[in-house]
Amino acid sequence: MIEITSLNKRFGKLTVLDGLDLTIDSGGIFAILGPNGSGKTTLIKSILGMVIPDKGEIKIEGNSVLRKWKYRNEINYLPQIANFPANLSVNELINMVKNLRPKQAFEKVLIERFDLAPFLDKKLGNLSGGTKQKVNLVLTFMFESNLIILDEPTTGLDPISLIQLKEIIHEEKDKGKTILITTHIMSFVEEIADEIVFLLDGEIYFKGSSNDLKQRTGQVDLEHAIAKLISKDL
Amino acid sequence: MIKILKYSFFDLMRSRWSYVYFAFYLALGFVLLFLNNDVNKAVITLMNIIIVLTPLIGTIFGVMYYYNSKEFTELLLAQPIKRSTIFTGQYLGISISLTLSLILGLGIPFLLYGLFMSSAIFEFTLLLVVGMLLNFIFVALAFNIALSNENKIKGFGYAILMWLFLAVIYDGIFLISLVMFNEYPLDKFALFTTMLNPIDLSRILILLKLDISALLGYTGAVFKKFFGTDLGFFLSMIVMLLWVIFPVWRIRAKLKKKDF
Repeated sequence: MIEITSLNKRFGKLTVLDGLDLTIDSGGIFAILGPNGSGKTTLIKSILGMVIPDKGEIKIEGNSVLRKWKYRNEINYLPQIANFPANLSVNELINMVKNLRPKQAFEKVLIERFDLAPFLDKKLGNLSGGTKQKVNLVLTFMFESNLIILDEPTTGLDPISLIQLKEIIHEEKDKGKTILITTHIMSFVEEIADEIVFLLDGEIYFKGSSNDLKQRTGQVDLEHAIAKLISKDL
Repeated sequence: MIKILKYSFFDLMRSRWSYVYFAFYLALGFVLLFLNNDVNKAVITLMNIIIVLTPLIGTIFGVMYYYNSKEFTELLLAQPIKRSTIFTGQYLGISISLTLSLILGLGIPFLLYGLFMSSAIFEFTLLLVVGMLLNFIFVALAFNIALSNENKIKGFGYAILMWLFLAVIYDGIFLISLVMFNEYPLDKFALFTTMLNPIDLSRILILLKLDISALLGYTGAVFKKFFGTDLGFFLSMIVMLLWVIFPVWRIRAKLKKKDF
Protein backbone atom coordinates (compact mmCIF):
# COMPACT_ATOMS: atom_id res chain seq x y z
CA MET A 1 0.00 0.00 0.00
CA ILE A 2 1.20 3.49 -0.84
CA GLU A 3 0.06 6.37 1.33
CA ILE A 4 0.81 9.90 0.22
CA THR A 5 -0.18 12.77 2.48
CA SER A 6 -0.17 16.50 1.69
CA LEU A 7 2.63 16.30 -0.81
CA ASN A 8 3.96 19.65 -2.00
CA LYS A 9 6.49 20.35 -4.72
CA ARG A 10 7.43 23.60 -6.39
CA PHE A 11 9.89 24.15 -9.20
CA GLY A 12 10.80 27.79 -8.85
CA LYS A 13 7.55 29.71 -9.05
CA LEU A 14 5.61 26.81 -10.49
CA THR A 15 3.66 24.73 -7.97
CA VAL A 16 3.46 21.24 -9.44
CA LEU A 17 2.05 19.27 -6.51
CA ASP A 18 -0.19 21.17 -4.15
CA GLY A 19 -1.08 19.24 -1.01
CA LEU A 20 -1.70 15.98 -2.84
CA ASP A 21 -3.27 13.13 -0.86
CA LEU A 22 -3.46 9.68 -2.38
CA THR A 23 -3.82 6.14 -1.11
CA ILE A 24 -3.16 3.26 -3.43
CA ASP A 25 -4.11 -0.18 -2.18
CA SER A 26 -1.99 -3.20 -2.95
CA GLY A 27 -2.80 -5.18 -6.06
CA GLY A 28 -4.28 -3.89 -9.31
CA ILE A 29 -3.53 -1.58 -12.19
CA PHE A 30 -3.78 2.14 -11.56
CA ALA A 31 -3.66 4.62 -14.43
CA ILE A 32 -2.36 8.03 -13.45
CA LEU A 33 -3.79 10.51 -15.91
CA GLY A 34 -3.76 14.24 -16.31
CA PRO A 35 -2.97 16.96 -18.86
CA ASN A 36 0.62 17.75 -19.77
CA GLY A 37 2.44 19.31 -16.86
CA SER A 38 -0.13 18.19 -14.30
CA GLY A 39 2.53 16.56 -12.13
CA LYS A 40 2.22 12.88 -13.08
CA THR A 41 5.92 12.35 -13.57
CA THR A 42 6.74 14.49 -10.52
CA LEU A 43 4.43 12.31 -8.42
CA ILE A 44 6.05 9.11 -9.70
CA LYS A 45 9.53 10.49 -9.23
CA SER A 46 8.67 11.54 -5.68
CA ILE A 47 7.67 7.97 -4.90
CA LEU A 48 10.99 6.83 -6.36
CA GLY A 49 12.96 9.43 -4.43
CA MET A 50 14.26 11.11 -7.57
CA VAL A 51 12.35 14.30 -6.84
CA ILE A 52 12.56 15.55 -3.28
CA PRO A 53 9.21 16.97 -2.10
CA ASP A 54 9.11 20.27 -0.23
CA LYS A 55 6.49 19.01 2.19
CA GLY A 56 4.47 15.90 2.85
CA GLU A 57 4.98 12.24 3.51
CA ILE A 58 5.17 9.11 1.38
CA LYS A 59 4.82 5.72 2.99
CA ILE A 60 5.10 2.35 1.31
CA GLU A 61 3.80 -0.57 3.37
CA GLY A 62 3.71 1.73 6.37
CA ASN A 63 7.33 2.90 6.19
CA SER A 64 8.37 6.40 5.22
CA VAL A 65 10.53 6.33 2.07
CA LEU A 66 11.70 9.95 1.94
CA ARG A 67 15.51 10.20 1.80
CA LYS A 68 15.86 6.42 1.88
CA TRP A 69 17.14 4.19 -0.89
CA LYS A 70 16.97 0.52 0.04
CA TYR A 71 13.20 0.39 -0.50
CA ARG A 72 13.80 0.85 -4.24
CA ASN A 73 14.78 -2.81 -4.42
CA GLU A 74 11.04 -3.50 -4.19
CA ILE A 75 10.15 -1.18 -7.09
CA ASN A 76 10.47 -1.76 -10.83
CA TYR A 77 10.51 1.50 -12.74
CA LEU A 78 10.23 2.14 -16.46
CA PRO A 79 11.51 5.64 -17.24
CA GLN A 80 9.85 7.77 -19.88
CA ILE A 81 12.77 8.26 -22.24
CA ALA A 82 15.04 5.30 -22.75
CA ASN A 83 18.46 6.71 -23.46
CA PHE A 84 21.29 4.39 -22.53
CA PRO A 85 25.07 4.75 -22.76
CA ALA A 86 25.80 4.46 -26.48
CA ASN A 87 28.98 2.46 -25.98
CA LEU A 88 27.43 -0.43 -24.08
CA SER A 89 25.82 -3.46 -25.75
CA VAL A 90 22.34 -4.65 -24.79
CA ASN A 91 23.79 -7.65 -23.00
CA GLU A 92 26.24 -5.55 -21.02
CA LEU A 93 23.48 -3.18 -19.93
CA ILE A 94 21.25 -6.02 -18.77
CA ASN A 95 24.13 -7.58 -16.86
CA MET A 96 24.98 -4.25 -15.33
CA VAL A 97 21.49 -3.66 -13.98
CA LYS A 98 21.40 -7.27 -12.76
CA ASN A 99 24.67 -6.63 -11.04
CA LEU A 100 23.33 -3.54 -9.29
CA ARG A 101 20.34 -5.24 -7.73
CA PRO A 102 20.63 -7.88 -5.06
CA LYS A 103 17.83 -9.88 -6.63
CA GLN A 104 17.30 -12.74 -9.03
CA ALA A 105 16.56 -11.66 -12.61
CA PHE A 106 14.46 -13.46 -15.19
CA GLU A 107 15.56 -11.73 -18.37
CA LYS A 108 15.69 -14.73 -20.75
CA VAL A 109 11.92 -15.14 -21.05
CA LEU A 110 11.49 -11.44 -21.71
CA ILE A 111 14.22 -11.31 -24.33
CA GLU A 112 12.41 -14.09 -26.14
CA ARG A 113 9.03 -12.42 -25.82
CA PHE A 114 10.27 -9.17 -27.27
CA ASP A 115 12.43 -10.86 -29.91
CA LEU A 116 15.55 -9.12 -28.70
CA ALA A 117 17.98 -12.00 -29.22
CA PRO A 118 19.43 -10.63 -32.51
CA PHE A 119 20.20 -7.30 -30.80
CA LEU A 120 21.96 -8.59 -27.69
CA ASP A 121 25.46 -7.82 -28.92
CA LYS A 122 24.55 -4.57 -30.67
CA LYS A 123 25.60 -1.25 -29.21
CA LEU A 124 22.73 0.62 -27.61
CA GLY A 125 23.57 3.72 -29.63
CA ASN A 126 22.70 1.89 -32.85
CA LEU A 127 19.23 0.72 -31.80
CA SER A 128 15.97 2.25 -32.99
CA GLY A 129 13.65 4.02 -30.55
CA GLY A 130 11.23 1.09 -30.39
CA THR A 131 13.98 -1.46 -29.77
CA LYS A 132 15.41 0.72 -27.01
CA GLN A 133 11.98 0.82 -25.42
CA LYS A 134 11.86 -3.01 -25.55
CA VAL A 135 15.23 -3.15 -23.79
CA ASN A 136 13.81 -0.69 -21.29
CA LEU A 137 10.85 -3.04 -20.72
CA VAL A 138 13.12 -6.05 -20.22
CA LEU A 139 15.11 -4.11 -17.62
CA THR A 140 11.89 -3.20 -15.84
CA PHE A 141 10.13 -6.54 -15.79
CA MET A 142 13.08 -8.87 -15.24
CA PHE A 143 12.84 -8.50 -11.45
CA GLU A 144 10.05 -9.62 -9.18
CA SER A 145 8.88 -6.58 -7.21
CA ASN A 146 5.62 -5.74 -5.53
CA LEU A 147 5.39 -2.27 -7.02
CA ILE A 148 5.78 -1.62 -10.74
CA ILE A 149 5.80 1.94 -12.08
CA LEU A 150 5.53 2.51 -15.82
CA ASP A 151 5.97 6.00 -17.27
CA GLU A 152 4.55 6.03 -20.82
CA PRO A 153 5.26 2.35 -21.49
CA THR A 154 3.75 2.27 -25.00
CA THR A 155 6.08 4.83 -26.59
CA GLY A 156 7.47 3.58 -29.90
CA LEU A 157 6.22 0.01 -29.57
CA ASP A 158 4.92 -1.94 -32.58
CA PRO A 159 1.54 -3.75 -32.29
CA ILE A 160 3.10 -7.14 -31.52
CA SER A 161 5.18 -5.78 -28.67
CA LEU A 162 2.21 -3.81 -27.42
CA ILE A 163 0.20 -7.03 -27.14
CA GLN A 164 3.12 -8.62 -25.30
CA LEU A 165 3.29 -5.66 -22.94
CA LYS A 166 -0.41 -5.89 -22.13
CA GLU A 167 -0.06 -9.61 -21.48
CA ILE A 168 2.89 -9.06 -19.17
CA ILE A 169 1.02 -6.34 -17.27
CA HIS A 170 -1.93 -8.68 -16.79
CA GLU A 171 0.31 -11.51 -15.63
CA GLU A 172 1.92 -9.22 -13.07
CA LYS A 173 -1.48 -8.13 -11.85
CA ASP A 174 -2.55 -11.76 -11.44
CA LYS A 175 0.49 -12.26 -9.23
CA GLY A 176 -0.96 -9.58 -6.95
CA LYS A 177 1.41 -6.75 -7.94
CA THR A 178 0.55 -3.08 -7.76
CA ILE A 179 1.09 -1.39 -11.11
CA LEU A 180 1.09 2.37 -11.68
CA ILE A 181 0.94 3.54 -15.28
CA THR A 182 1.00 7.00 -16.83
CA THR A 183 -0.06 7.31 -20.43
CA HIS A 184 -1.94 9.53 -22.83
CA ILE A 185 -3.43 6.65 -24.81
CA MET A 186 -6.98 6.28 -23.55
CA SER A 187 -7.76 3.00 -25.30
CA PHE A 188 -4.82 1.49 -23.45
CA VAL A 189 -6.17 2.80 -20.15
CA GLU A 190 -9.66 1.54 -20.85
CA GLU A 191 -8.31 -1.89 -21.70
CA ILE A 192 -6.10 -2.50 -18.72
CA ALA A 193 -6.67 -0.07 -15.85
CA ASP A 194 -8.71 -1.10 -12.82
CA GLU A 195 -8.74 2.38 -11.46
CA ILE A 196 -8.07 5.85 -12.78
CA VAL A 197 -6.30 8.54 -10.76
CA PHE A 198 -6.76 11.90 -12.40
CA LEU A 199 -4.39 14.72 -11.54
CA LEU A 200 -5.18 18.36 -12.15
CA ASP A 201 -3.53 21.47 -10.74
CA GLY A 202 -1.34 19.39 -8.46
CA GLU A 203 -4.20 17.62 -6.71
CA ILE A 204 -6.17 14.42 -7.18
CA TYR A 205 -9.21 15.54 -9.10
CA PHE A 206 -10.81 12.15 -9.57
CA LYS A 207 -10.18 8.61 -8.38
CA GLY A 208 -12.33 5.67 -9.44
CA SER A 209 -13.05 3.24 -12.23
CA SER A 210 -13.45 4.28 -15.85
CA ASN A 211 -17.19 3.56 -15.66
CA ASP A 212 -17.53 5.90 -12.69
CA LEU A 213 -15.75 8.55 -14.66
CA LYS A 214 -17.99 8.15 -17.71
CA GLN A 215 -21.09 8.31 -15.52
CA ARG A 216 -19.91 11.35 -13.67
CA THR A 217 -19.09 13.26 -16.84
CA GLY A 218 -22.02 11.89 -18.83
CA GLN A 219 -19.83 10.80 -21.70
CA VAL A 220 -19.81 7.51 -23.59
CA ASP A 221 -16.09 7.16 -24.16
CA LEU A 222 -13.11 7.74 -21.91
CA GLU A 223 -11.36 10.19 -24.21
CA HIS A 224 -14.24 12.66 -24.04
CA ALA A 225 -14.76 12.04 -20.35
CA ILE A 226 -11.13 13.00 -19.69
CA ALA A 227 -11.39 16.01 -21.99
CA LYS A 228 -14.40 17.12 -20.02
CA LEU A 229 -12.53 16.69 -16.74
CA ILE A 230 -9.65 18.78 -18.03
CA SER A 231 -11.92 21.59 -19.16
CA LYS A 232 -13.38 21.51 -15.61
CA ASP A 233 -16.98 22.11 -16.72
CA LEU A 234 -18.51 19.62 -14.35
CA MET B 1 30.29 2.37 -5.89
CA ILE B 2 33.00 0.22 -7.41
CA LYS B 3 30.41 -1.18 -9.83
CA ILE B 4 29.36 2.27 -11.02
CA LEU B 5 32.99 3.33 -11.22
CA LYS B 6 33.79 0.28 -13.30
CA TYR B 7 30.98 0.89 -15.75
CA SER B 8 31.67 4.60 -16.18
CA PHE B 9 35.32 3.79 -16.63
CA PHE B 10 34.73 1.12 -19.29
CA ASP B 11 32.11 3.25 -20.98
CA LEU B 12 34.66 6.05 -21.33
CA MET B 13 37.52 3.74 -22.17
CA ARG B 14 35.53 2.55 -25.14
CA SER B 15 34.67 6.00 -26.38
CA ARG B 16 36.69 7.42 -29.24
CA TRP B 17 37.67 10.51 -27.28
CA SER B 18 39.67 8.62 -24.69
CA TYR B 19 41.80 7.25 -27.51
CA VAL B 20 42.15 10.63 -29.19
CA TYR B 21 43.29 12.05 -25.87
CA PHE B 22 45.69 9.17 -25.27
CA ALA B 23 47.06 9.41 -28.83
CA PHE B 24 47.53 13.14 -28.43
CA TYR B 25 49.68 12.72 -25.33
CA LEU B 26 51.58 9.89 -26.97
CA ALA B 27 52.35 12.03 -30.02
CA LEU B 28 53.17 15.02 -27.82
CA GLY B 29 55.60 12.98 -25.76
CA PHE B 30 57.43 11.64 -28.80
CA VAL B 31 57.54 14.98 -30.61
CA LEU B 32 58.83 16.85 -27.56
CA LEU B 33 61.55 14.30 -26.91
CA PHE B 34 62.52 14.28 -30.57
CA LEU B 35 62.70 18.07 -30.78
CA ASN B 36 64.35 18.75 -27.43
CA ASN B 37 66.52 15.69 -27.43
CA ASP B 38 66.70 16.06 -23.69
CA VAL B 39 64.34 14.75 -21.04
CA ASN B 40 64.84 17.75 -18.74
CA LYS B 41 63.90 20.29 -21.37
CA ALA B 42 61.00 18.20 -22.57
CA VAL B 43 59.62 18.20 -19.03
CA ILE B 44 59.53 22.00 -18.97
CA THR B 45 57.69 22.27 -22.28
CA LEU B 46 55.37 19.52 -21.19
CA MET B 47 54.58 21.36 -17.99
CA ASN B 48 53.32 24.38 -19.92
CA ILE B 49 51.03 22.17 -21.95
CA ILE B 50 49.79 19.94 -19.14
CA ILE B 51 48.95 22.80 -16.85
CA VAL B 52 46.60 24.37 -19.35
CA LEU B 53 45.37 21.31 -21.19
CA THR B 54 44.47 18.82 -18.42
CA PRO B 55 42.14 21.32 -16.73
CA LEU B 56 40.47 22.05 -20.07
CA ILE B 57 40.01 18.39 -20.98
CA GLY B 58 38.88 17.53 -17.44
CA THR B 59 36.31 20.34 -17.53
CA ILE B 60 34.95 19.41 -20.95
CA PHE B 61 34.84 15.65 -20.24
CA GLY B 62 33.17 16.23 -16.88
CA VAL B 63 30.42 18.46 -18.23
CA MET B 64 29.94 16.36 -21.36
CA TYR B 65 29.70 13.11 -19.44
CA TYR B 66 27.20 14.52 -16.98
CA TYR B 67 24.83 15.84 -19.64
CA ASN B 68 25.22 12.87 -21.98
CA SER B 69 24.53 10.27 -19.33
CA LYS B 70 21.65 12.14 -17.75
CA GLU B 71 18.93 9.67 -18.75
CA PHE B 72 21.11 6.75 -17.81
CA THR B 73 21.79 8.33 -14.44
CA GLU B 74 18.03 8.53 -13.98
CA LEU B 75 17.84 4.81 -14.61
CA LEU B 76 20.49 4.27 -11.95
CA LEU B 77 18.68 6.59 -9.54
CA ALA B 78 15.63 4.33 -9.69
CA GLN B 79 17.74 1.37 -8.55
CA PRO B 80 18.43 0.64 -4.90
CA ILE B 81 21.65 2.66 -4.82
CA LYS B 82 22.46 5.78 -2.85
CA ARG B 83 22.65 8.98 -4.88
CA SER B 84 26.07 9.92 -3.62
CA THR B 85 27.35 6.45 -4.58
CA ILE B 86 26.23 6.91 -8.18
CA PHE B 87 27.85 10.28 -8.64
CA THR B 88 31.02 9.50 -6.73
CA GLY B 89 31.38 6.39 -8.89
CA GLN B 90 30.91 8.35 -12.09
CA TYR B 91 33.26 11.07 -10.93
CA LEU B 92 36.01 8.61 -10.12
CA GLY B 93 35.37 6.75 -13.38
CA ILE B 94 35.99 9.88 -15.47
CA SER B 95 38.92 11.14 -13.42
CA ILE B 96 40.68 7.80 -13.42
CA SER B 97 40.22 7.17 -17.14
CA LEU B 98 41.54 10.65 -17.96
CA THR B 99 44.48 10.13 -15.64
CA LEU B 100 45.21 6.82 -17.27
CA SER B 101 45.29 8.43 -20.73
CA LEU B 102 47.70 11.03 -19.37
CA ILE B 103 50.02 8.64 -17.59
CA LEU B 104 50.16 6.06 -20.37
CA GLY B 105 50.29 8.64 -23.17
CA LEU B 106 53.25 10.45 -21.66
CA GLY B 107 54.77 7.56 -19.79
CA ILE B 108 55.38 5.36 -22.82
CA PRO B 109 57.52 7.80 -24.85
CA PHE B 110 59.50 8.89 -21.80
CA LEU B 111 60.13 5.33 -20.71
CA LEU B 112 61.29 4.42 -24.20
CA TYR B 113 63.59 7.41 -24.18
CA GLY B 114 65.27 6.24 -21.03
CA LEU B 115 63.55 8.13 -18.26
CA PHE B 116 64.94 5.89 -15.57
CA MET B 117 68.48 6.78 -16.52
CA SER B 118 67.80 10.48 -16.51
CA SER B 119 67.90 12.85 -13.58
CA ALA B 120 64.49 14.21 -14.49
CA ILE B 121 62.61 11.24 -13.11
CA PHE B 122 61.48 13.10 -10.01
CA GLU B 123 60.32 16.14 -11.98
CA PHE B 124 58.52 13.92 -14.45
CA THR B 125 56.73 12.04 -11.68
CA LEU B 126 55.77 15.32 -10.06
CA LEU B 127 54.41 16.47 -13.40
CA LEU B 128 52.23 13.38 -13.67
CA VAL B 129 51.03 13.73 -10.08
CA VAL B 130 50.13 17.35 -10.68
CA GLY B 131 48.38 16.40 -13.94
CA MET B 132 46.43 13.76 -12.09
CA LEU B 133 45.39 16.17 -9.34
CA LEU B 134 44.33 18.72 -11.96
CA ASN B 135 42.16 16.05 -13.58
CA PHE B 136 40.46 15.25 -10.29
CA ILE B 137 40.02 18.94 -9.46
CA PHE B 138 38.55 20.03 -12.75
CA VAL B 139 36.25 17.05 -13.26
CA ALA B 140 34.85 17.79 -9.79
CA LEU B 141 34.44 21.48 -10.61
CA ALA B 142 32.76 20.58 -13.90
CA PHE B 143 30.35 18.24 -12.10
CA ASN B 144 29.50 21.06 -9.71
CA ILE B 145 28.67 23.37 -12.56
CA ALA B 146 26.66 20.73 -14.43
CA LEU B 147 24.68 19.81 -11.30
CA SER B 148 23.75 23.44 -10.76
CA ASN B 149 22.69 24.06 -14.36
CA GLU B 150 19.84 22.15 -15.98
CA ASN B 151 20.53 23.95 -19.23
CA LYS B 152 23.28 22.20 -21.17
CA ILE B 153 24.45 25.26 -23.09
CA LYS B 154 24.65 27.37 -19.94
CA GLY B 155 26.50 24.58 -18.13
CA PHE B 156 29.04 24.31 -20.94
CA GLY B 157 29.42 28.07 -21.03
CA TYR B 158 30.05 28.41 -17.32
CA ALA B 159 32.47 25.48 -17.33
CA ILE B 160 34.57 26.97 -20.14
CA LEU B 161 34.47 30.37 -18.43
CA MET B 162 35.69 28.80 -15.22
CA TRP B 163 38.59 27.21 -17.05
CA LEU B 164 39.38 30.44 -18.86
CA PHE B 165 39.29 32.35 -15.60
CA LEU B 166 41.58 30.01 -13.72
CA ALA B 167 43.96 29.36 -16.62
CA VAL B 168 44.25 32.84 -18.12
CA ILE B 169 42.29 35.67 -16.55
CA TYR B 170 43.37 34.97 -12.96
CA ASP B 171 47.00 35.44 -13.95
CA GLY B 172 46.15 38.70 -15.65
CA ILE B 173 44.42 40.10 -12.60
CA PHE B 174 47.26 38.82 -10.45
CA LEU B 175 49.87 40.61 -12.57
CA ILE B 176 47.89 43.83 -12.76
CA SER B 177 47.46 43.89 -9.00
CA LEU B 178 51.19 43.28 -8.53
CA VAL B 179 52.01 46.20 -10.82
CA MET B 180 49.45 48.52 -9.27
CA PHE B 181 50.46 47.83 -5.71
CA ASN B 182 54.16 47.41 -6.28
CA GLU B 183 54.99 49.93 -3.55
CA TYR B 184 53.70 47.54 -0.97
CA PRO B 185 55.34 44.34 0.19
CA LEU B 186 53.40 41.84 -1.82
CA ASP B 187 55.19 38.54 -1.37
CA LYS B 188 52.76 37.24 1.25
CA PHE B 189 49.83 38.37 -0.89
CA ALA B 190 51.35 36.77 -3.99
CA LEU B 191 51.95 33.55 -2.14
CA PHE B 192 48.40 33.49 -0.85
CA THR B 193 46.71 34.25 -4.18
CA THR B 194 48.81 31.61 -5.89
CA MET B 195 47.52 29.07 -3.42
CA LEU B 196 43.95 29.96 -4.37
CA ASN B 197 44.30 28.89 -7.99
CA PRO B 198 45.12 25.22 -8.62
CA ILE B 199 46.63 25.95 -12.04
CA ASP B 200 48.99 28.63 -10.69
CA LEU B 201 49.85 26.46 -7.76
CA SER B 202 50.78 23.55 -10.01
CA ARG B 203 52.88 25.77 -12.24
CA ILE B 204 54.86 27.25 -9.36
CA LEU B 205 55.26 23.87 -7.76
CA ILE B 206 56.86 22.40 -10.85
CA LEU B 207 58.91 25.47 -11.78
CA LEU B 208 60.48 25.51 -8.36
CA LYS B 209 61.31 21.84 -8.50
CA LEU B 210 62.89 22.41 -11.90
CA ASP B 211 65.24 24.91 -10.28
CA ILE B 212 64.63 27.73 -12.70
CA SER B 213 63.03 29.95 -10.11
CA ALA B 214 65.74 32.55 -10.68
CA LEU B 215 63.62 33.59 -13.64
CA LEU B 216 60.95 34.66 -11.23
CA GLY B 217 63.03 37.40 -9.58
CA TYR B 218 62.45 38.57 -6.03
CA THR B 219 59.02 37.02 -5.69
CA GLY B 220 60.58 33.85 -7.02
CA ALA B 221 63.03 33.92 -4.17
CA VAL B 222 60.24 34.30 -1.67
CA PHE B 223 58.40 31.46 -3.34
CA LYS B 224 61.49 29.36 -3.39
CA LYS B 225 61.94 29.95 0.28
CA PHE B 226 58.40 28.79 0.86
CA PHE B 227 57.78 26.06 -1.71
CA GLY B 228 61.35 24.82 -1.81
CA THR B 229 61.22 23.54 1.71
CA ASP B 230 59.53 20.30 2.61
CA LEU B 231 56.92 22.23 4.54
CA GLY B 232 56.08 24.42 1.53
CA PHE B 233 55.83 21.43 -0.75
CA PHE B 234 53.71 19.60 1.77
CA LEU B 235 51.40 22.60 2.26
CA SER B 236 50.90 23.05 -1.48
CA MET B 237 50.02 19.41 -1.89
CA ILE B 238 47.49 19.77 0.92
CA VAL B 239 45.96 22.80 -0.79
CA MET B 240 45.76 20.81 -4.05
CA LEU B 241 44.02 18.00 -2.19
CA LEU B 242 41.63 20.53 -0.63
CA TRP B 243 40.85 21.62 -4.15
CA VAL B 244 39.70 18.06 -4.79
CA ILE B 245 37.93 17.53 -1.48
CA PHE B 246 35.93 20.74 -1.37
CA PRO B 247 34.25 20.39 -4.81
CA VAL B 248 33.55 16.69 -4.16
CA TRP B 249 32.00 17.61 -0.83
CA ARG B 250 29.84 20.22 -2.56
CA ILE B 251 28.71 17.66 -5.16
CA ARG B 252 27.51 15.43 -2.35
CA ALA B 253 25.80 18.29 -0.53
CA LYS B 254 24.11 19.49 -3.71
CA LEU B 255 22.85 15.97 -4.45
CA LYS B 256 20.83 15.85 -1.25
CA LYS B 257 18.53 18.57 -2.54
CA LYS B 258 18.60 17.93 -6.25
CA ASP B 259 15.57 16.82 -8.30
CA PHE B 260 16.04 14.56 -11.28
